[in-house]
Amino acid sequence: MVIVGLCLLGFLVVLSFILGYMERKVAAFMQIRLGPNRVGPKGTLQIIADTIKLLFKEGLTPKASDKFLFNLAPFIMVITSMLVVAPLAFAKNFQIWDINIGVLYVSAISSMAVIGILMAGWSSYNKYSLLGAMRSGAQIVSYELSIGLSLITIVILTGSLKLSDIVMSQAGGWWIFKGHIPAIIAFVIFIVASTAEINRAPFDLAEAESELTAGFHTEYSGMKFAMFLLSEYINLFVVSAVAATLFLGGWMPLHIGSLHGFNHVMDYIPSSVWFFGKTFFVIFVIMWFRWTFPRLRVDQLLNLEWKYLLPISMFNLLLMTAIAILGWHF
Amino acid sequence: MDVKNPNELKSPIEFPGQVHETADGGILVTKLDDAINWARANSLWPLVFGTSCCAIEMMSAADAKYDWSRFGFEVARATPRQADLIIVAGTIVMKMAPVLKRLYDQMPEPKYVIAMGACTISGGPFFYNTYSVVKGVDHVIPVDVYIPGCPPRPEALLHAMISLQEKIKNEPYFRKAKEEKK
Repeated sequence: MVIVGLCLLGFLVVLSFILGYMERKVAAFMQIRLGPNRVGPKGTLQIIADTIKLLFKEGLTPKASDKFLFNLAPFIMVITSMLVVAPLAFAKNFQIWDINIGVLYVSAISSMAVIGILMAGWSSYNKYSLLGAMRSGAQIVSYELSIGLSLITIVILTGSLKLSDIVMSQAGGWWIFKGHIPAIIAFVIFIVASTAEINRAPFDLAEAESELTAGFHTEYSGMKFAMFLLSEYINLFVVSAVAATLFLGGWMPLHIGSLHGFNHVMDYIPSSVWFFGKTFFVIFVIMWFRWTFPRLRVDQLLNLEWKYLLPISMFNLLLMTAIAILGWHF
Repeated sequence: MDVKNPNELKSPIEFPGQVHETADGGILVTKLDDAINWARANSLWPLVFGTSCCAIEMMSAADAKYDWSRFGFEVARATPRQADLIIVAGTIVMKMAPVLKRLYDQMPEPKYVIAMGACTISGGPFFYNTYSVVKGVDHVIPVDVYIPGCPPRPEALLHAMISLQEKIKNEPYFRKAKEEKK
């Protein structure tokens, strides 16, 4: 168990390096730039250099801050984001902890990240940090509802909270195809709400640079700041992996109805390639958002959730329940 | 081979050539220095700080045509706690000087300063001998690299930043820390 945990830890750190590099390159691609290309071949060592630099940077603890909470907050952020990885199915028969309430576990633990953010903002003794943390609290608590409701639509179709059951139920086709329009609506709402929950642009009000310098991590420097970055990238991966598992069939290959030859060819692609391919597709979409949309105002953000996303997802849930009862899905 | 001074050799044969002493700490620390300096030089995160027209050239250096992200300067941080480098881009007036000093103090070590443009070097071509302008930003904070020009072109800024990278690559990280302790 310890070895599995250590492997997972190493995997997540390497993954966050890859995501950091990917973000730089995607940003450059969106803005017609080249992106990092001097450090290592094609700039691949850029994130390694950044990490070593952050390691050897002075780690300041402000004098007026609550020192215990200030130093604890980054660890809470990283731990909560790493805990969510446990029930994910990375490939066929490759799951660390196949818990029977997987979906509930994921949504419960991921909403705990707000505690770390509030802790960081409160203990910094800085007005920008506090404002950023409070915004983030309001944001995460509201968008949690839409995420939960869009997850439940798939749970209704599957009849199980277990992630392995959900993946197995998509053997004949992914839920985004089998579940008609309500599944597509739920997928879109999930992507929008989870972008908001992991505090990424266009919902990055918690760290809005032009208004709040750096939001809740204004006072963090060096390795403590690097841990916030690490947890951000792990959260990004987790959210995309959950979207891929529930809506895009996890490690299930793409099967189209009765095209047996095509289905057979698809079966030859390893299941881990399918899982990571889908996950990285969703990650790319979320990065695409970041470099496309301008940041929302606080009131616009809350309006979007409470006036649009929540009613739509409630109606969508009702529709999906009707479809599941009448057996209209494939 | 712990021969350090050729004059102390007891044998009559002189050591051929020159003996270069290693930097204090020997091979291990100097190699570690190299690795750390490589990382620090290639990941200089500038502080978002611009006071006048030089800042426009600085923004241009970040944009698609000049693109300083190629060298790893991409992550411009708004908070001094996470920045490694402050590019003083523009005139510093007497009222701004304490703010600049405070921003510099808030940055964690190791930190570097680039003085960009004529105003930050000497008080500027327009405002020279004006009561309100600081005559060179090095009256307030220590400067590592100066860029002349009014305003300097983005290429000049990139050249200055690459010069700063070379400076960082050649400075001993551990010995600097030791000297500061004294």
